[in-house]
Amino acid sequence: MTDSARRGNINYLEYVRSLEPSTKHFKNCLSAFGVGGLICVIGQFFRYMLGFAGLSGDELAGAVSVVLIFLGCFLTGLGVYDRIGRHAGAGSIVPITGFANSVTSPAIEFRTEGYIFGTAAKMFTVAGAIIVYGVFSGVMVGIIYYFL
Amino acid sequence: MLAEEMLAILFMYLKAFAVGGAICATAQIIINVTSLTSGKILVFFMLGGVVLTALGLYQPLVDFAGAGATVPISGFGYLLANGAIKGAEKGFYYAVTGSLSAASAGVTAAVVFSLIMSLLFRSKTKRS
Repeated sequence: MTDSARRGNINYLEYVRSLEPSTKHFKNCLSAFGVGGLICVIGQFFRYMLGFAGLSGDELAGAVSVVLIFLGCFLTGLGVYDRIGRHAGAGSIVPITGFANSVTSPAIEFRTEGYIFGTAAKMFTVAGAIIVYGVFSGVMVGIIYYFL
Repeated sequence: MLAEEMLAILFMYLKAFAVGGAICATAQIIINVTSLTSGKILVFFMLGGVVLTALGLYQPLVDFAGAGATVPISGFGYLLANGAIKGAEKGFYYAVTGSLSAASAGVTAAVVFSLIMSLLFRSKTKRS
């Protein structure tokens, strides 16, 4: 291969690389927006339905998240949620259903290692981090607000 | 009158879609730029929710978009911080325990349903 041809090849590869990510990123963001928004719309639907059923305030918010977490766990069990996640990226990670997925997924995956150190212990690989830092920062906020 | 109510409900769905989608798209941009893992994204967005709630900036978003703000994981942070803030009005004990009490429904649901699903289903990812 001559020098100029090699340089041309490198130039071409750089050109391709400069074009590829931005379009991929744009598509990623669009599908994340669509799927994430759709999950929130489903949440809003359950807010209205459970509101009609007579729930309100904290009880309503809790019931909506329980329903969504159930759906997230169930769809993860069926293997549907991971298929959605392959296309939606953050759109399926960031909603509360993604939190449910992060708990159920290792629980099923590590069942072969037993119910105590497999399912139960591995359940908290991601959720544990969220609970640890969530509770810590929550306590900090509580103490600050108490003394203010 | 009825048409007006229907329009308000439809508008609420639109706001939930826009705000929830925007939060997820923000996360996707951060993933694209920094290639953080999904677990770290969840932790950072939850902490973001806690901080914004403590500063009083997340409550208006919840009032505006409803489920669009509460369904993303930042809404979980909102729940934690809100529980702590409400508890702080009652006393020191409730200021400390308020956050986990508020999050108890979500954590309980995740643990119980996950255990049930792990009894019902086999791993799908290994097979495909």
